[in-house]
Amino acid sequence: MKRQGLYLLTAAALALAFGMSSAFAQKKYDPGASDTEIKIGNINPYSGPASAYGLIGKTIAAYFNKVNAEGGINGRKINFISYDDAYSPPKAVEQARKLVESDEVLLIFQSLGTPSNTAIQKYMNAKKVPQLFVATGATKWGDPKHFPWTMGWQPPYQAEARIYAKYLLDKHPNAKIGILYQNDDYGKDYVKGMTDGLGAKATTMIVAEQPYETSDPTVDSQMVNLKASGAEVFFNVTTPKFAAQAIKKSAEIGWKPLHLLNNVSQSIGGVLKPAGLDNSTGILSSYYLKDATDPGLTNDSGYKDWLAFMDKYFAEGDKTSSFTVYGYTAAQTLVQVLKQCGDNLTHANVMKQAAALKDLELGMLLPGIKINTSETDFYPIKQLQMQRFNGERWQSIGPVMSGDFGGS
Amino acid sequence: MELFLQQVIAGLSTGGIYACMALAIVMIYQAIDQLNFAQGEMAMFSTFIAWQLLQWGLPYWVAFFLTIAISFLVGIVIERVVFKPLKSAPVLSHVVIFIALFGILNSGAGFIWDFTVKTFPNPFGTKPLFGQSVISIHDAGMIVVISILLVLLFAFFRYTRVGLAMRATAANPDSARLVGIRVGWMIALGWGMAAAIGAVAGMMIAPVVFLEPNMMLSILLYGFAGAVVGGLTSPFGAVVGGFSVGVIENLAGTFIPYVGRELKLTIALALIVAVLTVRPSGLFGRVVVTRV
Amino acid sequence: MAQSREWTNVHAALARPEVTLTIVVLTVAIVLPFAVKSFVLFQLTLAMIYGVAILGLNLLTGFNGQFSLGHSAFFALGAYTAAIMMDHFEIAYYWTLPAAGLICLVFGFLFGLPALRLEGIYLALATFSLAVATPQILKSTPLEPWTGGVQGIVIIKPDAPFGLPLSSDQWLYFLTLAVVVLMFVCAANLIDSRTGRAIIAIRDHPIAARAMGINIAFYKSVTFGVSALYTGVAGALGAIVIQFVAPDSFTFTFAIALFVGLVVGGVGSIPGALFGGLFVLFVPNIAEQVSKGLAGAVYGVILILVIYLMPSGSAGLVRLIVSKVTRDSVQQT
Repeated sequence: MKRQGLYLLTAAALALAFGMSSAFAQKKYDPGASDTEIKIGNINPYSGPASAYGLIGKTIAAYFNKVNAEGGINGRKINFISYDDAYSPPKAVEQARKLVESDEVLLIFQSLGTPSNTAIQKYMNAKKVPQLFVATGATKWGDPKHFPWTMGWQPPYQAEARIYAKYLLDKHPNAKIGILYQNDDYGKDYVKGMTDGLGAKATTMIVAEQPYETSDPTVDSQMVNLKASGAEVFFNVTTPKFAAQAIKKSAEIGWKPLHLLNNVSQSIGGVLKPAGLDNSTGILSSYYLKDATDPGLTNDSGYKDWLAFMDKYFAEGDKTSSFTVYGYTAAQTLVQVLKQCGDNLTHANVMKQAAALKDLELGMLLPGIKINTSETDFYPIKQLQMQRFNGERWQSIGPVMSGDFGGS
Repeated sequence: MELFLQQVIAGLSTGGIYACMALAIVMIYQAIDQLNFAQGEMAMFSTFIAWQLLQWGLPYWVAFFLTIAISFLVGIVIERVVFKPLKSAPVLSHVVIFIALFGILNSGAGFIWDFTVKTFPNPFGTKPLFGQSVISIHDAGMIVVISILLVLLFAFFRYTRVGLAMRATAANPDSARLVGIRVGWMIALGWGMAAAIGAVAGMMIAPVVFLEPNMMLSILLYGFAGAVVGGLTSPFGAVVGGFSVGVIENLAGTFIPYVGRELKLTIALALIVAVLTVRPSGLFGRVVVTRV
Repeated sequence: MAQSREWTNVHAALARPEVTLTIVVLTVAIVLPFAVKSFVLFQLTLAMIYGVAILGLNLLTGFNGQFSLGHSAFFALGAYTAAIMMDHFEIAYYWTLPAAGLICLVFGFLFGLPALRLEGIYLALATFSLAVATPQILKSTPLEPWTGGVQGIVIIKPDAPFGLPLSSDQWLYFLTLAVVVLMFVCAANLIDSRTGRAIIAIRDHPIAARAMGINIAFYKSVTFGVSALYTGVAGALGAIVIQFVAPDSFTFTFAIALFVGLVVGGVGSIPGALFGGLFVLFVPNIAEQVSKGLAGAVYGVILILVIYLMPSGSAGLVRLIVSKVTRDSVQQT
């Protein structure tokens, strides 16, 4: 009798063990995932004053078409649902709620713009749905302690500004600096990074700060003021259209400072050419992606892959815009995360895998720049390469640098 | 003092842009007695057409005049197709139609030509005028073009029969009809001319601000401000208003301490509202006296 | 006898189509939160809020003839009042509504004073300037400690009080519904009163009105203030429902949207404002579904069609239908 009981007990224990292990091998889905598809949500400005950025959303959609055409991720097709918020926070809230509650997506990916992301951040964290790889460089997105469901992607603006500050303190410690910046969160973030990076010398070195609005037709007045301030270094924190204007105007008024250009506007085809390649010679910047308009990249394998993608899946996309490279690389990052999720496609696991990227190298990232995340590090890309424009292409100067920054 | 002078000159060159726009706005106001909120988008669309013609290989001045002709025709078509059937709708509904037109043109341009910035050639060259100064040959060229337009418009309205008929239609459509003027076609003509002037404005402005679908958004606002300050009934006033707005904005941004840089636009607008409260018809506008 | 007369009165009231319609709509509105998804409820709440804002605009432009393209400024003022009260002073959300209304009443009245000198298109431009300037002012450095500058202010969403078994969305829906009903009834009473007739008279025949002894300056400024009050209360509600205010939420695009809602709903029609609010919220979504790349163009085309079919807005269309129906029924009897 006792032996029978022992056999029964062993059998039960074994059954339990098998049961548990098969539960582990079982697929786990949250709303938005199934055997056949993964629903990914996105909010982009396709209309309104920021509609130029809608190109990112379109590039991502095209990339997911490519992934689906090549079999999907672990056999599942991506259903990419992207809504327009016209860069308006109330609309962003509405679209986020629609994606989460009506479309029931697995995650929201690359939502664009700091105001829109700030508007939905609390909601996403309350609903415990990933707000992943947001398309803005504001420094506040890497805060896993307070917002464990939100993660940035690109190098934070403050990190880039600090790199420039370090460079200035190193090479031009007494230079006078004039800053042209867009009067919104993006511009102010850069200014803060520069001010913090210069430390005690900020007040003596920065002699002029000229803001502009996106509604200004030109930045001519600000450029005149900057020249009049006697600045020898020009920190140019502008979006592509205004960057081109600033570079052109600087040449026209005969002002030739040491020119530091923020990486949002460093596209050769999109900014430097319209501004005049001669006028742009000598400009310093820093970047993490390859510039698709760089004539020296023709034999680069990463570039060739991107070009093939654009030709086949997004022929109408503007190859001269850095947004297409940006969207392409961001989409690749997400594909890696989803691949790592395997059959465990829950909200929580998506965040877990996103926080477990190790030395990820992607085709259009500059050599030496890798994506790394951890449970305490929610800044996937932290490295930047300083570059100088020689009239034809960007040339790397110095090593790949890591911007150290203190968070918000 | 030198900074003051430089800012005034810079203000005049941006003011030239606003003056161009203001002229087109006043033109259509004279024809239909309403402000066309889609004027900027029409100008932008015309400029894109010009750009496309240039891409297809046409020389600059051919593309320039061809675009003016196309814009003229399209302006007439828009009036006949969109506005004529809705003539009897209340005034506020007309404004909504302008808004609708705005959306269609803006979205359409973005769809066809996408939102990346494009260069538009500068027929006058980019060298600075008189050497190192703040004003360039292009700015001077723009002022010359505006002046030519003004003179042509003045001559048209004052000395031609068609011009007189248009003025009559705008002033009193019913009486004009009684006298035998084809009122509908006068209005359409007004639209065509406004579209053509807008095209010129766009092609003058694009080399400076770079061509993209959203380029006219703020310029339209400044153009309105200039037109209103100068007086909606006076083309000359509109041009003066445009230049004034440019200069005032620059000076406010430079010399008003602490808030000037951030509130440039607000200050310019506040000044305009102030001018309006003192002279409600604008600086050069005719005061309209209505019979009770 | 008295009882039967009362019943006759009630019967007579119910026989009027507007009353039955209102009762039906209200019943549906009360049942709705328990039948639809909370996201749709959120959208409907927003549509109602826009409806109140449009009603405010209607009082000024529709009934008083003062052309305003700047009501986004008052919406922003109300929203930020609510946000600052809740965030900086930790005042409960229900006090923010009357406070926002009061502040906007004062500011609206003050803005109305210089506006007295402006007519038609000039007033439109002056108000439009206000709308354009608003985001800049909100971002400016002197005000940044209060407004949070470009980063805006995040607000905590209130829960249903007294432990009612309602979700936060449902509670906010009912709160908004109550405010909507209250404000619409007030507006209707205002228009029906002597003040209302004075306001309308100023729109239709200002000179005759003045000749009859109506103090034009006073009434115009007060109407500006009341109109701002309505839009400000809507703004405060909007801030609470969206839980976030930022300068980018209140650009002139919003002022234009309110104006479109006014015209589509029906200038000079109080219930039309609700239709306007629904239109402004849902039609852009429909346009986006039709074509992502040309969403703006589709919206523009829809607008033109709407104006073509209903030149006087939805209210005009309803009036037309009602008159046709009643004419038929009269002919039948």
